[in-house]
Amino acid sequence: MAEHVVPHHFHSAEQAFESSKLGLWLFLVTEILLFGGLFVTYIIYRAMYPDMFHEASHHLNRPLGFVNTLVLICSSFTMAMAVNKTQHNKSNRASQYLLLTLMFAATFMVIKYFEYMHKFHDGLLPGAHFTNTEITHPKADLFFSLYFMMTGLHGTHVLVGMGLILWVLIRSNRGHFGSHYSTPVELTGIYWHLVDLIWIYLFPLLYLIG
Amino acid sequence: MAYDSNDHHKNYINAEKGIWSWMTTLDHKRIGVMYLFATMFFFAVGGIFAMLVRLELFKPGPFFSPDTYNKFFTLHGAIMVFMFIIPIIPAALGNFFLPIQIGAKDVAFPRLNLLSWYIFVTGSLLLVFSIVSGGVDTGWTFYTPYSIRTATSVILATLGVFVLGFSGILTGLNFVTTIHKLRAPGMTFHRMPLFLWAIYATAIIQVLATPVIGITTALLVMERVLHIGFFDPKLGGDPVLFQHFFWFYSHPAVYIMILPGMGIVSEVITAFSKKHIFGYHAVAYSSLAIAGISFIVWGHHMFVSSQSPLANFLFSLLTMLVAIPTAIKVFNWTATMYKGSISLKTPMLYALSFLFLFTIGGLTGLFLAAISVDVHLHDTYFIVAHFHYVMMGGTVMGLLAGLHYWWPKMFGRMYPEKWGKLSCALTFIGFNLTFFTQFWLGKMGMPRRYHDYLPEYTPLNIASTVGSWFIGAGMLIMFIYFIWSLFKGKRASENPWGGKTLEWTIESPPTTHNFHKEPVITTGPYEYGELKTTGEA
Ligand code: HEM
Ligand SMILES: [Cu+2]
Repeated sequence: MAEHVVPHHFHSAEQAFESSKLGLWLFLVTEILLFGGLFVTYIIYRAMYPDMFHEASHHLNRPLGFVNTLVLICSSFTMAMAVNKTQHNKSNRASQYLLLTLMFAATFMVIKYFEYMHKFHDGLLPGAHFTNTEITHPKADLFFSLYFMMTGLHGTHVLVGMGLILWVLIRSNRGHFGSHYSTPVELTGIYWHLVDLIWIYLFPLLYLIG
Repeated sequence: MAYDSNDHHKNYINAEKGIWSWMTTLDHKRIGVMYLFATMFFFAVGGIFAMLVRLELFKPGPFFSPDTYNKFFTLHGAIMVFMFIIPIIPAALGNFFLPIQIGAKDVAFPRLNLLSWYIFVTGSLLLVFSIVSGGVDTGWTFYTPYSIRTATSVILATLGVFVLGFSGILTGLNFVTTIHKLRAPGMTFHRMPLFLWAIYATAIIQVLATPVIGITTALLVMERVLHIGFFDPKLGGDPVLFQHFFWFYSHPAVYIMILPGMGIVSEVITAFSKKHIFGYHAVAYSSLAIAGISFIVWGHHMFVSSQSPLANFLFSLLTMLVAIPTAIKVFNWTATMYKGSISLKTPMLYALSFLFLFTIGGLTGLFLAAISVDVHLHDTYFIVAHFHYVMMGGTVMGLLAGLHYWWPKMFGRMYPEKWGKLSCALTFIGFNLTFFTQFWLGKMGMPRRYHDYLPEYTPLNIASTVGSWFIGAGMLIMFIYFIWSLFKGKRASENPWGGKTLEWTIESPPTTHNFHKEPVITTGPYEYGELKTTGEA
């Protein structure tokens, strides 16, 4: 059982935890603003080309998008359980939930991979690389630019999240966490909920508008 | 004090030895010093490009090729903005003094602090590589669609800006957290020094605005690599969207530059007038007000870019609002000096220069906020003069005030006062010669970013270029005496100026943990206990 030491510049474990949490929330605000730029772009081009968005969104795979939404919601649940178990000193259970979360995240990325491959195959690519001829609207490439930028940025966040979850999983297995100290698990959890939440916006905006 | 300032125990500089101990340090003071050296180095580089730009404009007719000229002014602007003026005060002086001024041992996240220094260096190297690999000729604003088409190293440069942004975000969130969670017992918000209010407001802007330039530069890179089309009219995109994104960050960034300078001036004017600051709360909250307003005025950069008349009107109106909190500050500084016993040491001279030059910069900003006037002056030398009065006359003078004020505390050595005054005088005179002339040039219609001009602009341009040599000389002298003082300067006492904030109660240079015992604060700002000047300066 590794003993956690509060860094010397804090008075108490609680102060350290409160600081980490505030720091993470601020970071998440910056994440939302980062995506915010893409959402603004989305709003502008959707207002400029409403018909095109309508038509192009039919070319996204709704069932797969829906499955991915479910997968992420499940992962959010298992993540929350991992935090809960950690706080109740049930490290083993926590590790199991973390592993499940990791697997859900991997499932999400695998499905995304197949979706992307499909798009590449159909020539549904961003900007000047767009070669698809089925879509009649001449500016449909803009929609796919948005699709790839938004889901790509989100996917990058999923990958980062997987790294974080793996890291807390390893530490959890070594018994680093418990009711005395669970900051990394909690913070990873909060981050993961944001990743989930962003997808919950992306899914209807991209897939369901048709 | 419980210790004797003459017994030379370990301080943060000599506590550990060797380059490696610096490169891996978690001490906010060492990290602050590392930022200081990095950013001052880039100040020198940006300054050299400035002198080259002015050299080209010495007389009509080309000196360099137009291409080279374009690269010079782009690199001058980009380096000065992203690698010098935005980071320097928060990251160098803020890092050093924020924890001390609230009575803490360190910032909330020391590792993150070191990491953001490395991120800063990485971003800077990317920008430097873009110089080496042919330069960039878009201007520091990277406006589309030109930045999509030009064959120069736009990708490297914008990636550099992207990475630098991360460094700023991390510093900002570290500072906000530190101020909220690590204040010493009794250090309420309303007892914080005004420098910290300014740094706090700045940190909030950094956290809330920087992600937008992040996504903007990321999109620009994608635009060049994948032709995603968001900013390219040929692909159905809108180049003005880029301008909105760019200025949504870059206007608040102007306040990332100026607010910390204002914070320093509040400290320096109080210390050198030997009075309480007049209207503490007004000065403190005006920082927050300025930060808030900075987010809703970006459109004043786009009066002539097909923005709707209604938007123009609103942005014009909102812009003028900034004058209110700004004027509150200026009036309060003036009132603080009124009947004070002012001592005209170098830091104070710089603070007064700030007051004078920034006022001119601010007032000419009001001209530009008026749409009809701006349409006439847009992209002329009037703009160049205006923003140099704000950025250099304001922020750089504030920075130099702070640097001279805190130098003895940071390094435990005094610089030679006479040379300090000479350097300040040269810079001040040179500055006005360089940039006041440009108000006239702009009014006469000389456009900015041109490598050549009509003969009738010659005399004013010669004056302006000669002015830049004065500034160059002033800054060179400063660099020399600062470095000289590190080795040969007189040892500084704890409190050479009679400052009233916490940093003046600890050794010069401070020990690794800043305080021997955690301070407990019982009185308002600028009246902590009965401090007296040790008068050894
Ligand atoms: C020795 C002092 C300086 C001199 C002589 C100088 C001179 C110049 C000149 C001649 C230009 C080109 C104007 C044009 O053709 O549009 C320029 C642009 C600029 N300067 Fe400076 N400058 C100095 C210091 C600074 C400082 C301290 C900053 C900021 C911290 C700064 C920021 C800028 C920016 C942002 C631009 C715009 C570049 C662009 O148009 O892309 N300058 N400067
Ligand atoms: Cu602005």
